[in-house]
Amino acid sequence: MSKKFVHPYIPNGAPELMEQMLKELNISSSEDIFKEIPKHLRFQGRMNIPEPKLSEYELKRHVEGILKKNQTTSDNLSFLGGGTWDHYVPAVCDTIGQRDEFLSAYVGDAYSDHGKYQALFESSSMIGDLLKMEAVSTPTYDWANAIGIAARMASRINGRKEVLVAGSMSPSRFSVINNYLKPEISLIKIAFDKTTGLMDLDDLKRKLSDKTSSVYFENPTYFGPVEHQGEKIAEMAHAVGAEVIAGVDPSSLGVMKAPSDYGVDICVGDLQPLGIHMQYGGGLSGYIASRDEEKYVAEYPTLLFGVTSTLQEGEYGFGHVFYERTSYASREKGKDFIGTTTSLFGIIAGVYLALMGPEGMRELGEGIMQRVAYAVEQIDAIPNVKVLYKDNFFKEFVIDFNETGKTVETIHKALKTMGIFGGIDLSCSRQFPEMGEAAIYAITEKMTKEDIDRLVTALRKVC
Amino acid sequence: MPKGKARNKFQQARWEEPIIHELSNKGVRGLIPPRVEAEIQATTGKVLDNLKTMRREEAPELPEVSQKTVLSHWLRLSQETMGSNIGNDISEGTCTMKYNPRINEEFASNPLFTDLHPMQDEDTVQGMLEIYYKFQNFMKEVSGLDHCSLQPGGGNHAVYTAASMIRQYWSDRGALDTRDEIITTIFSHPSDAATPATAGFKIITIYPDENGIPDIEAIRAAASERTAAIFMTNPEDIGIYNPRVDEVVKIIHDVGGLCFYDQANANAFLGVARAREAGFDMCHFNVHKTFGTPHGCSGPGTGAFCCLDRMYPYMPVPVVDFDNEKYFLNYDIPKTIGHVRDYAGVSGVVLKAYAWVMSMGHDYMRQAADVSVINNNYLEKQILQIKGITSAFQDNGITRQEQVRYSFEKLKEDTDVGTDDVNARIVDFGLPSYWTSHHPWVIPEPMTLEPCETYSLDDLNEYVDVLRKVVDEAYSDPELLKTAPHASSSHRRNKPEELDDPDKWALTWRAYQRKHLSN
Repeated sequence: MSKKFVHPYIPNGAPELMEQMLKELNISSSEDIFKEIPKHLRFQGRMNIPEPKLSEYELKRHVEGILKKNQTTSDNLSFLGGGTWDHYVPAVCDTIGQRDEFLSAYVGDAYSDHGKYQALFESSSMIGDLLKMEAVSTPTYDWANAIGIAARMASRINGRKEVLVAGSMSPSRFSVINNYLKPEISLIKIAFDKTTGLMDLDDLKRKLSDKTSSVYFENPTYFGPVEHQGEKIAEMAHAVGAEVIAGVDPSSLGVMKAPSDYGVDICVGDLQPLGIHMQYGGGLSGYIASRDEEKYVAEYPTLLFGVTSTLQEGEYGFGHVFYERTSYASREKGKDFIGTTTSLFGIIAGVYLALMGPEGMRELGEGIMQRVAYAVEQIDAIPNVKVLYKDNFFKEFVIDFNETGKTVETIHKALKTMGIFGGIDLSCSRQFPEMGEAAIYAITEKMTKEDIDRLVTALRKVC
Repeated sequence: MPKGKARNKFQQARWEEPIIHELSNKGVRGLIPPRVEAEIQATTGKVLDNLKTMRREEAPELPEVSQKTVLSHWLRLSQETMGSNIGNDISEGTCTMKYNPRINEEFASNPLFTDLHPMQDEDTVQGMLEIYYKFQNFMKEVSGLDHCSLQPGGGNHAVYTAASMIRQYWSDRGALDTRDEIITTIFSHPSDAATPATAGFKIITIYPDENGIPDIEAIRAAASERTAAIFMTNPEDIGIYNPRVDEVVKIIHDVGGLCFYDQANANAFLGVARAREAGFDMCHFNVHKTFGTPHGCSGPGTGAFCCLDRMYPYMPVPVVDFDNEKYFLNYDIPKTIGHVRDYAGVSGVVLKAYAWVMSMGHDYMRQAADVSVINNNYLEKQILQIKGITSAFQDNGITRQEQVRYSFEKLKEDTDVGTDDVNARIVDFGLPSYWTSHHPWVIPEPMTLEPCETYSLDDLNEYVDVLRKVVDEAYSDPELLKTAPHASSSHRRNKPEELDDPDKWALTWRAYQRKHLSN
């Protein structure tokens, strides 16, 4: 380094302050403290890390220079979904999400962080309003994490070790829970009906038994159709004493039935659609909810914030509910484990739901469904292209390209040259290669008719 | 107010803010979603009928509030929260509450980052992948280990990733039935016990010797052909560096076990001491602590998991790789545990942390370590002069590193005022609640402070002055502490037992209405 600057983030790096402290401690440098680390355990070299960009502007040029290598969904027309969706993020969500108070708080008690507790309590309350459920956790890492937690909760509740899951569920979410349920709980896929994309109830019937701990399905499904057999699935699962877990996209709940109304015991999903930017998949934030019964609440591993009273009459106070459950309190005897998850996103989701209100959520849902219905009609009319599982979608649908004689990869490459990002390629080995050349397309409220028409024109040209 | 002194007249914002549902008025709107063109509406008909049995008959009971109400409400709630960028957050020891630079938030708000979908073609996200790849490399430099995954969503999630990989490692050798024990230490983070237990292992917990260092003979006695691995922190939560950590590693390796190093609090050891030199097979860093990204009221965070070559075959997929021409997501890891989180990781944290490292370089990261330990020793010297405060294993002659676990045991004996009361009272001087200790409280009436490099001498002095004042109050007017806080956004909970009572607890407004307002 040519010149030693006092780093703006390190005030006591100023020589006079440092000297004052060293003098007070009667030591000459940090080496008098690091002496406790034996020499053979010390790192003697230099970390191979670039020279620092000390001026903020220099850093800005550098980082933005790298970011410029990205191509975004705002500069292109994107039909990617499957777990992260390009919904509109209201300005107020960004304002609140960027407040330094929320951004930089951590685990302080409600006595210093009353607002944090109230904000997360309100988020839980509004998620509860959508789901019609009274017990809602602080956020998990993501939806997949929430499924894993819910399945383990169910297993502790009924002592059973088999979890049946919808065969159409997202493969990466499946991968997460496949690891999370090991070693004791086994995971069995239920086939999906090839004509409807919904759960094959005959296969479910075959696989349900007194060993079944829980049944998990997604609604809408990963492929897009609405799982309108939800009530039947719940009945069948309950008949063998199993718990019912559903993964529900919260952006659908202005128009779709609350899961508790069709027999779901534990509901999970992701808050990302609720005012959280996609951030290359960094915007995930899972939720878990259930009925407010001790048998469920006692099994949550996560932090639960509750409202209570204080010494000041009429004032709301907040605190941890049933903290002894957690691994923070009880180490290996706690329920699974808890840690730093995604609370800030949970707060933002609450802001979003308050902005939207019941009418906004209804308009959001209906508007998405109308756009999808229009897109499906237009796309299905393209020769050799068809939309699978018709007339039953929320915001996603599968386009079958098999009859075009072209691969999804080829089609999407061509679309990309026209500034269009095609949807998730199901022919990829990590997706559903047995479906051949097919892809999941997502449409959100950000899409206009012109956008959809642009896709249709492009597909007509390419296919 | 003189600098470096307690804020005697502090008053936190107290808005007496209702619950958002109480602000609702029928028909009021906060946001209008994008309209659907008439042409689309005309052709699509009654789409809601397509929902069949899944159609929602009644609108959700969400609050109906104006945009201004929403903004004001959450701004007020933010003012009733003490973030570390606002306050003097030496308080949250073990959490490394350093300054979170604003410029890094700008990067994370840039549409060139926010508007990226995780399933885009790799060609279109080369910038993002470059940041992942380079930050993975930084983590390899800091740990000295060979590989890095940034997929875990937090520190505990990275520890869980280690537990999952260890399970896969032994399963791969057909030895999972016999390698079923994990050794950890009581002053290691609870996740070092809880995550391996979640992954199916039995846990053996080692207590400290008379100097506060994990009892090496107890570790030797616990290690056996059943040992799958050891999970340990160093320094542990009490700030004492274990000088025999390599001997512990050798004991475990000698019985065939693996060694995981919990480096959640690595701030004081950047460029000073690494997992590699101590002989560990794996380690992790809490990116949201050591690498300057904000804690977000408890996330989003990131756990950087690092390991040696021998553990590579079990790593989560994808890791970000580079073929000398382009960056790509590498799924080709033969015996992978699969995903621990969807997609590559919490990209915003990775982006901010990358920027933090680029603003520091080796020299200033090293200086962060130096200043952290000097700050800590300065603070310790002042605090231990206050009557009624001691520290864990105080007279063992070992110099503390980045943090200290203090104890108000003496104060409690003298005044019946304990750490919870002190913790409630310091808020009245504008300091965030401090971290007491993870459970169990092996050290009675604990307080754990960590004055990392971004705190000034004035901040340290202010903290000491507050503690001195509060302790004086405990001796002169204990009731003042027992009823604290007084200048906070809310007052002391008067029925804490209700939070453990299924008939009374309320996790949502719906539950509160039913349990507390229905009569």
